[in-house]
Amino acid sequence: MSSPDGTAPPDRPADGTPAPQAEPQIEDLVVGEPAGPAPHFEGLAAAHADDQPTQAAAAATATGPKLELGPVGHLGDRLFAGLARGSGGLVVAIVAFVGVFLLALAIPALADNQSSFLFSRVWEPGGEEPRFGIAALFYTTVVSSIIAMVIAVPIAVGVALFTTYYAPKRLAAPVAHAIDLLAAVPSIIYGLWGILFFAPILRPVIDGVSGALGWLPVFEKPTGDNVGVVFTASVVLAIMILPVVTAISREIFAQTPIAHREGALALGATRWEMIRISVLPYGRSGVVSASMLGLGRALGETVAVLIILSVPNGNDPWNSSIFAGGETFASKIANNAAEFDSPEKTGAYIAAGLVLFVVTFLVNSAARLIVARSGPGGKRPRRNRSAGGAAAKEGAVA
Amino acid sequence: MSVNRLLRVGTVAVASLGVLALSACGSDPEPSGSSSPEGSSSTGADCPQGTLNAEGSSAQKNAIEEVIAKYNEKCADVTVNYNPTGSGAGIKQFNAAQVDFAGSDSALKTEAADGDSEAATAAKRCENNAALNLPMVIGPVAIAYNVDGLDKLVLDGATAAKIFQGTVKTWNAPEIAKLNPGVTLPSAPISVFFRSDESGTTENFTKYLAASGGGAWTGKPAKKWTGTGAGKEKSAGVAEGVKSTKNSITYVEWSYAVDNKLGVAQIDNGSGTPVELTAESAGKALAAAKVTGTGNDLSMSLDYATKEAGAYPIILVTYEIACSKGLPAEKTALVKSFLSYFASTDGQASLTELNYAPLPDEIRTKVDAAIQSIS
Amino acid sequence: MSVLAANKPAYDGQTLDLSGKSGARAFKNTLATVLIVLAFAVALIPLLWILWTVISKGYSLLFDANWWSQSQRGVTVRREGGGAYHAVMGTLIMGLITAAIAVPIAILGAIYLVEYGKGTKAARAVSFMVDILTGVPSIVAALFVYAVWITVFGFNRVGFAVSLSLVLLMLPVVLRSTEEMLKLVPDELREASYALGVPKWKTILKVVVPTAFGGIVTGVMLGLARVMGETAPLLILVGYSKNINLNPFDGFMGALPTMINQDRTELALEPAADRVWAAALTLILLVLALNLLARLVARFSAIKSK
Repeated sequence: MSSPDGTAPPDRPADGTPAPQAEPQIEDLVVGEPAGPAPHFEGLAAAHADDQPTQAAAAATATGPKLELGPVGHLGDRLFAGLARGSGGLVVAIVAFVGVFLLALAIPALADNQSSFLFSRVWEPGGEEPRFGIAALFYTTVVSSIIAMVIAVPIAVGVALFTTYYAPKRLAAPVAHAIDLLAAVPSIIYGLWGILFFAPILRPVIDGVSGALGWLPVFEKPTGDNVGVVFTASVVLAIMILPVVTAISREIFAQTPIAHREGALALGATRWEMIRISVLPYGRSGVVSASMLGLGRALGETVAVLIILSVPNGNDPWNSSIFAGGETFASKIANNAAEFDSPEKTGAYIAAGLVLFVVTFLVNSAARLIVARSGPGGKRPRRNRSAGGAAAKEGAVA
Repeated sequence: MSVNRLLRVGTVAVASLGVLALSACGSDPEPSGSSSPEGSSSTGADCPQGTLNAEGSSAQKNAIEEVIAKYNEKCADVTVNYNPTGSGAGIKQFNAAQVDFAGSDSALKTEAADGDSEAATAAKRCENNAALNLPMVIGPVAIAYNVDGLDKLVLDGATAAKIFQGTVKTWNAPEIAKLNPGVTLPSAPISVFFRSDESGTTENFTKYLAASGGGAWTGKPAKKWTGTGAGKEKSAGVAEGVKSTKNSITYVEWSYAVDNKLGVAQIDNGSGTPVELTAESAGKALAAAKVTGTGNDLSMSLDYATKEAGAYPIILVTYEIACSKGLPAEKTALVKSFLSYFASTDGQASLTELNYAPLPDEIRTKVDAAIQSIS
Repeated sequence: MSVLAANKPAYDGQTLDLSGKSGARAFKNTLATVLIVLAFAVALIPLLWILWTVISKGYSLLFDANWWSQSQRGVTVRREGGGAYHAVMGTLIMGLITAAIAVPIAILGAIYLVEYGKGTKAARAVSFMVDILTGVPSIVAALFVYAVWITVFGFNRVGFAVSLSLVLLMLPVVLRSTEEMLKLVPDELREASYALGVPKWKTILKVVVPTAFGGIVTGVMLGLARVMGETAPLLILVGYSKNINLNPFDGFMGALPTMINQDRTELALEPAADRVWAAALTLILLVLALNLLARLVARFSAIKSK
């Protein structure tokens, strides 16, 4: 077992401080700088940055104090700095305002709530004795999103690997663009397509799985031929988040230092071994964060889920099956937005919205934490999907 | 300044995109009717100018859209927007002075829930003048089903209540078989679909089930469904659900059942002969209805348990809710002009082909008188 | 180095064993290739299917000149005719207002994070808040603006209120991408400018921002593309109008997502169904055009560094 020595890979010299090791290992090539921001050459920026690697590298390591300015332009400076600070402060103020406001609307409703908000599955807000709990909403939201992830992430990784290392270049670029374009399809269309065209072909799959594994409550099939079930919604959600996860993963895989890849190949590794040894470890944290962003999107998806999912009635006992209907936070709020006729009722939905907000935030934070700790690659993928897509698209162009 | 440059480029880019895409200047389509001659913006005495915004019941969406289109052939300078977001939303937006009139599947409630009653809040919005409930569109509710080979299905109140309550679970249950002699019914379970959003259709339908279900319906009539089944969003959702699911049944506005080519059950109202849903049979049921409002308030109470021969009992009356006084003068003129057309024989005649039932003449004249009293 | 240590276990099982039977390795390689190509095929089917559905069902109306120049006034779900002009304009107007508010705040905020507040506690707080904002689902943003704009201030529902809620969604997207772009500007450029006696604010405006200009525009366009397809805020914050209304401060306003939402309830009727797919295709084309535009702007504004 061996690897190239500590010299910087030719195409990514700025990627970190190469440290020669007694026992060099591939991942040691890319130790992230603990201090100072690690440069990340994503997408468009990569095009420029690669032109001037030494400069960028220097920029990355330059963490010393900035040059203080003379008296020239003092007023302008103060004004502009004030503007910039003001904008930063405005962001803080907006978020604080949103949070406080929503809490203020939710708290009276929560105080009146006659049942456990977290553990009840009843939803009867408003009236004399409002009773509402988010247990069922939480279950459906989380389960549908997780199934979507389980389906989408392996496929997205496969597609990303295909477009970066398997497909001929001439094919890769148009395919990448086509997939990116799907991120632009409005979610309402995914919903319509899902229920009208896609759900019917899932029918046999549902029957098959529930036939074989129906003794498990999770796969139990309720009577009737309803296709508007959690599973259908999950598959459509998977298709919806596929472009996002693919775009970010692709970009990260493409950034694997050529030295890693060629090192592996030079050792006689097959293409798959090269990917397993160099590309996947390098892109792991990026894929994780891409998945988390996809998960965040799945959790908050409104209209598509609303169109697809059928809602269980309040009389039947709760059904944990993925082949039964359900409601997510977002679909519940959207479905009932027309009937927010009293503050208590509105407050109940806003409380549900707050939980969704917290769950989404936790997922995003988890993604960030994982990425911040990312060892291999030292790369921080974009924090939000659109920017990620931007970079990915630009990357494809460049 | 680069920030400016950035903004400018962005703005110009998007604007030029818009201009490119829309090189022709936008306009409204020519009215399709022949009633308005070229270039004449008919500004007769009953044709004011301006914009009316309304919101509410989705059950009357198709009706009011048709009437707006017809009205615009007559009064081209009036813009009427109707946002079919639901009765509750309509009343809420009306009371919040967001719209000029509301469409609702039920009259304003006079009993107070928390704080003021709907009627009291509405009166406040009308500068302390009463808000009128004007019955305008009669929408029959169909019990729509999808069973292969079943062209005709007869149900009565009790059986319907049992199906929707979940006590009758299969198509070949004796209760259904008794009403449909000589028909082969499948042994498949019945898939019931209901409206998952709160809706006036649900409220009216459950009123029917409670009134003529003979105790089989255990819930109270409400906008929120309390029976069995799987919920879908809005009328379109339940209609689509039944269309795509074999052996299913739902309740939905008649037009959705017709448009989606679903089977519509005949109702045995107790008179002995099953009644098919037609504009005529629905109109007959309305004749049995009573106006319960006083003066110009025309809130109605329907007799869901009517046993009159040939009357289709499941109907829905949707109201327009408007201020009797208190709107600005130009809005008052617009409201009056539009609603008068809606309540005219002309306006009502266009509804039949959309699978609504026209207002019976007796009620229509009362509605018209109430509209004329708006000032 | 703790990072490294933490990562090590993941690699233990991944050492290359070149001494193994080459047959097994070749088989694994082939299997991986097959799986990856399969994943690609599996992914492509639904994606192409959706695109095909929208294009095949929606293209015909787009060739109708009226589609781009007329509104839906007087057109019911049972009648052919009319166009999407009102909705396209509504979408563009609301999008532009959103951009006009969100972009300056986002860019200045990013400048603060990169140029002024770097490493300070205040900057970390701002950064954290941007993260939170990224996690706000569109429906929650819409509820918030509804509560403020209508419940508290008592204003009417208008296009501008939609723009305000879209600002909440667009702001973090643009801020983050701008921040990343500004970070990539080499410090040498700044220092060279300072050395010439140029004040900091001028340096930022004349050197830093222009250098990152292309990337910033890309971020703005993509943020715009994202908010233009949003449905939930439109449902809650503005009534849909079939008529042309170009005033975002008064009255109902059409938009492409709500146009789809209106007609999707009547998919059983052909004229309505045609309009649903055509409006969807129009929205996709609009977003596509924005993306292409962003790429063009990015390419032309790229500062040559050699």
